[in-house]
Amino acid sequence: MGVSVQIRGLKGSVSPLFTHLFSVQIFRDCSGNTHAEKTYSFIDLGTLTIWCHCLILQTPIPRVVGEIGRRIQTTGEKTYFRMTTNISKDLLMLMLERMWRIRHFELKLTEMYNAGEVGGVHLYIGQEAVAVGACAALKDSDYIAGNHRSHGHPIAKGANLKKAMAEIFGRIDGYCKGKGGSMHLADFSVGILGESGIVASSVPVATGAALASKLEGKDFVSAVFFGDGASNQGACHESMNLASVWDLPVLFICENNQYAVTTSYKDTVAVEHISDRAQAYNMPGILVDGQDAIAMYEATAQAVERARNGEGPTLIEALTYRFEDHSLGLEKIRKSEYREESEIDEWRLRDPLDLLTKSIVDSGTATPAECDAVSANAHAEVEEAAEFARNSPFPDESELYKDMFASDMPVV
Amino acid sequence: MTEKMFMQALGMGIAEEMRIDPKVFLMGEDVRASVYGAASGLHDEFGDERILNTPLSENGFFGAAVGAAAVGMRPIVETLTSFMWVGMDQLVSQAAKMRYMFGGQATLPVVYRAVMYYGGGSAAHHSDRSYPVFMNIGGLKIVTPGTPADAKGLMKTAIRDNDPVIMFEDGTLLGTRGEVPDDPDFTVPFGVANILREGTDVTVVAIAGSVPRALAAAEEMAKEGVSVEVIDPRTLVPLDKETILNSVGKTGRLVVADPAAKVCSAASEIMSIVGEEAFWDLQAPMQKVASKQVHIPFSPSLEKLVYPTSDGIIESIKKTLG
Ligand SMILES: Cc1ncc(C[n+]2csc(CCOP(=O)(O)OP(=O)(O)O)c2C)c(N)n1
Ligand SMILES: [Mg+2]
Repeated sequence: MGVSVQIRGLKGSVSPLFTHLFSVQIFRDCSGNTHAEKTYSFIDLGTLTIWCHCLILQTPIPRVVGEIGRRIQTTGEKTYFRMTTNISKDLLMLMLERMWRIRHFELKLTEMYNAGEVGGVHLYIGQEAVAVGACAALKDSDYIAGNHRSHGHPIAKGANLKKAMAEIFGRIDGYCKGKGGSMHLADFSVGILGESGIVASSVPVATGAALASKLEGKDFVSAVFFGDGASNQGACHESMNLASVWDLPVLFICENNQYAVTTSYKDTVAVEHISDRAQAYNMPGILVDGQDAIAMYEATAQAVERARNGEGPTLIEALTYRFEDHSLGLEKIRKSEYREESEIDEWRLRDPLDLLTKSIVDSGTATPAECDAVSANAHAEVEEAAEFARNSPFPDESELYKDMFASDMPVV
Repeated sequence: MTEKMFMQALGMGIAEEMRIDPKVFLMGEDVRASVYGAASGLHDEFGDERILNTPLSENGFFGAAVGAAAVGMRPIVETLTSFMWVGMDQLVSQAAKMRYMFGGQATLPVVYRAVMYYGGGSAAHHSDRSYPVFMNIGGLKIVTPGTPADAKGLMKTAIRDNDPVIMFEDGTLLGTRGEVPDDPDFTVPFGVANILREGTDVTVVAIAGSVPRALAAAEEMAKEGVSVEVIDPRTLVPLDKETILNSVGKTGRLVVADPAAKVCSAASEIMSIVGEEAFWDLQAPMQKVASKQVHIPFSPSLEKLVYPTSDGIIESIKKTLG
């Protein structure tokens, strides 16, 4: 039995994947247009017709992008909506916890940077929902790889805060014994194949992990996080094509935070949306609200399901925003007018932590006090991690020549 | 032992390792058809699953090999030296650096087979001898077999090795013949130079395609009563310094023949080591016989001037004898 919905000019019927009670909420869109928030409840729904995590665009794009990336033409103003399914309380609270870990981690680094304790790093503040929502849909046995904005992804995948912080301090107890630093956090034991300082260079690597999965008939998938700037690199395009022709279980998660340092993606990307490029590689391209952890989770979960079923890769474009400067230490660039303070303020109204907390509280999943406790805990963990990092020794000179090769052969 | 061509020996090494270890697979452009020769017969034996034709995407599949290796596979990538520039970022930023950068967490058993065509009128874009570039980067094992037996034995070691390896397969050697052990347990270890000919007067260290030229030069010199020791290092990283230093200790004279361009070549590094560690053993200035520091010209009249030749090696040997 199909149920049709009409929301601000949008017409369609709703997915049978969610045959349980759910609601559709309308939020502000990414351009800051406010939409009334309404909740619709349905039970026992009919045929699959729409994909409810997308931004619904005002421009006529009635085409179908892959099987699950279907976009619906709307006639009215831009509408953003998502569907809230019955995600377990545990998972929601886990997402909240990991998002707070990232937020406090980055705030602590800012504090320590200002105190001269650590160098300039790329902060993930504002983008927490992307990595956390996506990683919530992955298993420990799945792999991720990331980029220079490098703390959110591993923490979202379950990295240890102490080891991550110690690495940023360049200490022996860091994930990479102090040899990697901020941009190269990696924890192979929980599937974190490493962050990367060369923009887009981890995209082929994640594609290769997916190739291994396919060749060996394993069921793990891999996901790679890269930016809007990275999406213009050949390595990205080559990887998407390769993954598609070989049907590899890889998720290309583009974090479109609007800028590469100071350059708007609107000046460098020839199509309207980076996800449109999926068409060229014959894979689903999905545009997701990257401020919304639940939307990210749902979009990723479906892409993961496709990947595990042998149906190949997916390009997910998460529309998000970097609340802070490109990196700590680049404060002066903000004044160079590549973006308006008002734009930053607008986006801050859709802080991913506020949105998730609101969803959790509004749905009666947890009380505001419970949510506050999650934040307080994460804060304490981060303080402990900072203390741990400070007290960890620097690597000894004997480390210098270690790890160049798997064996102990002399380097020269 | 069976007489084989260098190219067949490479293929034998790959096939034997693929039979032993299901985690080994080969990918590259047109490898199923074995356009470059050494993969001949592999597709028939191992099928689509393990012999993968890739798109023309060096950055893409060089990096995919790193990722597959990072999670436990043992990929072999076939390419030409000249196409490595296109995938350089993955070779340098990922394959070479990942292990160190991640504090030893990444183990990357990947072999890049770089077929090194030169000397055949292919001009500047298809004639690269680029191993010194990769020696400089670090984190990569650099293999330059000089004989068919070594081609097989080193290939097998490369595939079994747990680090990223680049096998530079010298195009001028691919058609050379030699005795190759049939024994599937035969391997050639890395970091052990091969003394191809013993001698007492002059040491010639010869790399890759210079090996047969150095042997020919030694033969010529023998007629003049000069005893030349010819050493093939076989692997440049790791480099068997001991064998070279011991030989120089004995002969007091060194010539290094290297098909790479002269500046910062493998020869430069070997001579620098000897200069640092065995200066007082030397009885004459060391001589470098490397390629001229030019891009490879198309015209045969020019190209033939570029690479080390037997005559060039002889001339240098004579210089060391004063
Ligand atoms: C290959 C390469 N070119 C340039 C840089 C310098 N750089 C570092 S981050 C960055 C911008 C990347 O933008 P994007 O991919 O959108 O990621 P974001 O910083 O927005 O998260 C640039 C140009 C680099 N690290 N690597
Ligand atoms: Mg960006």
